[in-house]
Amino acid sequence: MEASPLVLVVAVLQAAVRSGTPILFVCIGEIYAERSGVLNVGLEGLMLVGAIAGFSVGYSVGNPVVGVIAAAIAGALFSLIHAYVTITLRADQIVSGLTLTILGTGISGFFGKPMIGQVGPGFDQIAIPGLSSIPILGQVLFRQDAMVYLSYLLVPIAWWVMYKTHLGLAIRSVGENPATADSLGVSVTKVRYGCVLFGGAMAGLGGAYLSLAYTTMWIEQMSGGRGWITLALVIFAAWNPARAMLGAYLFGGADALQLRVQAVGIEIPTYFLMMLPYVLTITILVLASRASMRRRIGAPAALGLPYAREER
Amino acid sequence: MRLELRLERSRKLEYLVPVVSVLLSLVVCAVLLLSTGANPLAAYSAMLKEAFGTSYGITEVLVKATPLILCGLGVMLAFKMLFWNIGAEGQLHMGAWGATAVVMTGWDGSPWLMIPAMMLGGFAAGALWALIPAYLKVKLNTNEIITTLLLNYVAILWVAHFIYGPWKDPVSFGFPMTMQFPEGAQLLRLAGTRVHLGFVFALVIAVALYFIQEKSRWGFEIAVTGGNPNAAEYAGMNAGRNILLVMLISGGLAGLAGMVEVSGIQLKLLKDISPHAAPYGYTAIIIAWLARRNPWGVVLVSILMGGLYVGGETVQITMKLPVNIVLIIQALILFFVLGGDILSRYRLVFDRPGQRPKKAALSGG
Repeated sequence: MEASPLVLVVAVLQAAVRSGTPILFVCIGEIYAERSGVLNVGLEGLMLVGAIAGFSVGYSVGNPVVGVIAAAIAGALFSLIHAYVTITLRADQIVSGLTLTILGTGISGFFGKPMIGQVGPGFDQIAIPGLSSIPILGQVLFRQDAMVYLSYLLVPIAWWVMYKTHLGLAIRSVGENPATADSLGVSVTKVRYGCVLFGGAMAGLGGAYLSLAYTTMWIEQMSGGRGWITLALVIFAAWNPARAMLGAYLFGGADALQLRVQAVGIEIPTYFLMMLPYVLTITILVLASRASMRRRIGAPAALGLPYAREER
Repeated sequence: MRLELRLERSRKLEYLVPVVSVLLSLVVCAVLLLSTGANPLAAYSAMLKEAFGTSYGITEVLVKATPLILCGLGVMLAFKMLFWNIGAEGQLHMGAWGATAVVMTGWDGSPWLMIPAMMLGGFAAGALWALIPAYLKVKLNTNEIITTLLLNYVAILWVAHFIYGPWKDPVSFGFPMTMQFPEGAQLLRLAGTRVHLGFVFALVIAVALYFIQEKSRWGFEIAVTGGNPNAAEYAGMNAGRNILLVMLISGGLAGLAGMVEVSGIQLKLLKDISPHAAPYGYTAIIIAWLARRNPWGVVLVSILMGGLYVGGETVQITMKLPVNIVLIIQALILFFVLGGDILSRYRLVFDRPGQRPKKAALSGG
């Protein structure tokens, strides 16, 4: 089968958006959590919990939208463990996050057993009238499913809230200097709980995208490292929701490319191609850490540190 | 509800916390099991009986504990320096690959030469793999949590490439695996069991690490760097060099775990050298943390976790329970220990609603 190069490029770009979307959801949520000072390295586990919750509910109700809502709720509830352990009990955020990933992997596998092999409901591609007929761009961006469009809406909203509202200011100040924020009457605990739960809900959405849109089935450990890739992209995005979009699609591009190159039959061993998204993420992370060393754009100053008022 | 710092760490709680954590995690897991209609008490007693109730069970526990001890010691050493090596799984895969590479040269000689060469191959491959994130951390301050973890996926794909491709046994009927290793490349086993020499290696290394940690100057440097990086730098310790050295050993030990798995248990390189549902490299993280960063603790916790693996596999076969409960119990124990540790340092104080704490400055959390 011969396809013209342009058709192929458009197909890859369209797939890149699809592939980047789950990561984009997770990335926006994690940016909020980290901006408030809480690192959550449990994203991989949260995505898996979202994926199985979304799939089981979507499958039993027969409606993917209900599944997505369930996934967001499940993600938020599951991240409550991390919030309680790190914010209230002030335990180490990295260890708690790692444990969350391990627990999420176990729980999703446990409840996912009966779902293996089932085909669930999914989201159909919707061509947006008018916009989808723009050459190339319309094909790439506006012949997608409803969740992709949801992510288009979420990015500007997340950016606007973060930089243009009082809430965003409170979140950023809690992550930079919680003691000062506290003395100005911002509740550090409430803001952090809110951000972690929001991050959990978004990770749940990202997981649900995998099991209800990207595929329409449940596969054990189907997140395949996307939670970890997201952690790298948060750094690449310099904790800015708008830049997260670029990072997510870059990853999506690598993912889409490796699948297409295999299909076209270029002679690169399959397993080396499958390494591409991971290697690219490491490369991006290395470049981002070089840049941050040079320009001193850093993480939120209080990232990873528990806040105890009496130890101020 | 708020936390109040205890004047003295509670000794009693420090020992009580792990025990209570195990019990609580079993209770929570029992709820999960009940929700699927299984009988948790029957499951637990079957697990316990299978793992520690028969001599065969005990030998199988030691089989599982062997790679766990090696990986756990490696991870513990890195954690001690506050270097978050969560890449033991990838380092283990590279180690298995490195050991297999020695066999794939076609060499069929005496075990006295082949085994040391394979150990060297496994250690070196794991160490080199671990040095990538260590170097990036030292040079560019690249986040090692992400790099070590992502390299796991790359290492697993690397192994897959070889067992599906160049190293695939032509008579394996399409199964992705190498040919069986020649006898010279197989670790000695205790007669009638699967317990192999690797378990002895693991114990010897635990002893060696104990002496390095407690008695050597270098062990002291690691502890200081992990405890207070600024003080370490002030005292003229070279943190960068220590990170590279620690990761060399940490990755090397995980690599050795991969070597003993292929040479002592699988006798070939194949896809699931580490159990898919609860990979050794990830369990090692939990072990290192639960062991309170103490080599003896690593050995003890690894044997208990080995029991969990054996028990989990049993109830999967006999009671059709998902083997994922192994991972769930492990993670729950760690969560309860994390919370419990806080309670041994702080006291939980409940304020009556409406009544403000006497000193506003004391309320936190």
